[in-house]
Amino acid sequence: MKPIFRKTAPALLIVGVFVFWELFCLAAGISELVLPRPTRILAAFFEYAHAIWPHAWQTLYTTLVGFVFGVGIGLSLGVLIGSSKLAYDTAYPLLVGISSIPKVAVVPIFVLWFGAGTVPAILTAMIICIFPIVVNVSTGIATVEPELEDVMRSLKAKRWEILWNVGLPRSMPYFFASLKVAITLSFVGSVIAETVASNKGVGNMMLIASSSFNVPLVFAGLMVLAVMGITLYAIFAVIERRMVGWALRKQ
Amino acid sequence: MSNARYVELEKVGVTFGQGTETTEALQPTSLKIAKGDFLALVGPSGCGKSTILKLISELLPPTTGNIFFGGRELGANPVRVGMAFQSASLLPWMSVRDNIMLPLKIVPPFKAGFRAKKEGEYRERADALLAQVGLEDFADKSPWQLSGGMMQRANLCRALIHDPDLLLLDEPFGALDQFTREELWQTMQDLWIERKPTVILVTHDLREAAYLANRICVMSPRPGRIVDDRQVAFPRPRPIDLTFQADFGTLVQELRSLIVHAPKEKKAVTV
Repeated sequence: MKPIFRKTAPALLIVGVFVFWELFCLAAGISELVLPRPTRILAAFFEYAHAIWPHAWQTLYTTLVGFVFGVGIGLSLGVLIGSSKLAYDTAYPLLVGISSIPKVAVVPIFVLWFGAGTVPAILTAMIICIFPIVVNVSTGIATVEPELEDVMRSLKAKRWEILWNVGLPRSMPYFFASLKVAITLSFVGSVIAETVASNKGVGNMMLIASSSFNVPLVFAGLMVLAVMGITLYAIFAVIERRMVGWALRKQ
Repeated sequence: MSNARYVELEKVGVTFGQGTETTEALQPTSLKIAKGDFLALVGPSGCGKSTILKLISELLPPTTGNIFFGGRELGANPVRVGMAFQSASLLPWMSVRDNIMLPLKIVPPFKAGFRAKKEGEYRERADALLAQVGLEDFADKSPWQLSGGMMQRANLCRALIHDPDLLLLDEPFGALDQFTREELWQTMQDLWIERKPTVILVTHDLREAAYLANRICVMSPRPGRIVDDRQVAFPRPRPIDLTFQADFGTLVQELRSLIVHAPKEKKAVTV
């Protein structure tokens, strides 16, 4: 009984929250304009499914493209600054500076350069997910045990050989952990960009729905985002287990 | 090439730091090591024992003096070195066997054939070595499935797989319990008797030095210099019971008093 409860507890909690939400709205008589009930949101989702679909697709597309570019850039930068103390000390302050700029503030600049639409969303999704990847990968590489490095150096291993055989594999658990964070951040990035400047995407759809007081549709948009975010997170969690199971000592 | 001067340190000194903030780690030291010898360096911590290993393995350049290997200056010809430290630092994403084969991937001439031979010749080589240290059943395990003593056995295998000219051991048994440590001493002795590598062992365990080595150099506190250099004549293979015999105890006592009563900080002789 107990192990089964442990496994089902998270699902029970989620269902419980929705039931409580439903009952609370009914009991308190809360207006649909403020907080629609979950059943109303679900109904709105099916009612507008045809309209939602292209927006969801657009958001998924910009998120994934931005994410892929972000991973490429983040991984390369992480390897670069992780494998050289000089590069680390030189580039880190700049990276911290860039990462501390609220990303919503750079969207207008992207719009200025590339016009409203897909490109700013991709760029925002990309730029928002680079930093956690860089930090994780460079940490993994820079914290190779000094003894291990001495063993490799005493074998006259070249720097790239140490990086390839020790540094990179060692940083993979950090890398995959950062991917889970990065994919959810990418969603944030593209939705922000869509909300500020786009005529497509879930963010834009929610903006329009709220301006016409179609609150259940706004919440349906939120639900779509949540489902997409959770799904991608889960996919990367599975990949992580497959690729770096050794770090969890479960092989 | 003279075998008695396989490795030669000629007035080698090491100073860390620059300008006025300098620390002398090693006083100008001269040392000759014969081919196939088993030398132990003992001394108080921070005396520069490990520094000597780092010099010979080219991890650290000497501040003064010259190091020769096989009659030629170090760096002129590649010296094949195997190193093992106190932490086994096996790579957790590889099997024990793959860990041991790592040097073959890096060191010429083995690296040239690595792709072709890693499933054949090299694999057999690794398995033979693992069998020799009693790890034949653990080749496919992950490093974290081994005990501390087993990890050090694997660590020794990794240091020996590429038939190094020099085996440099930096307190490899330091973190083990007494029983495991003594088992490892015997394994180490067997490996040495069979392969006859030139070994330099850094340790602060005097019994370990007396049991394993042919020759013991005692070093003074920092800045280190060699204050005593003696041969250890016990016949091989040495049984572990040897460590309870009177003349073994006497040797350990003598080494101990040399270290305890070593003259404190002495001004370095400038050359």
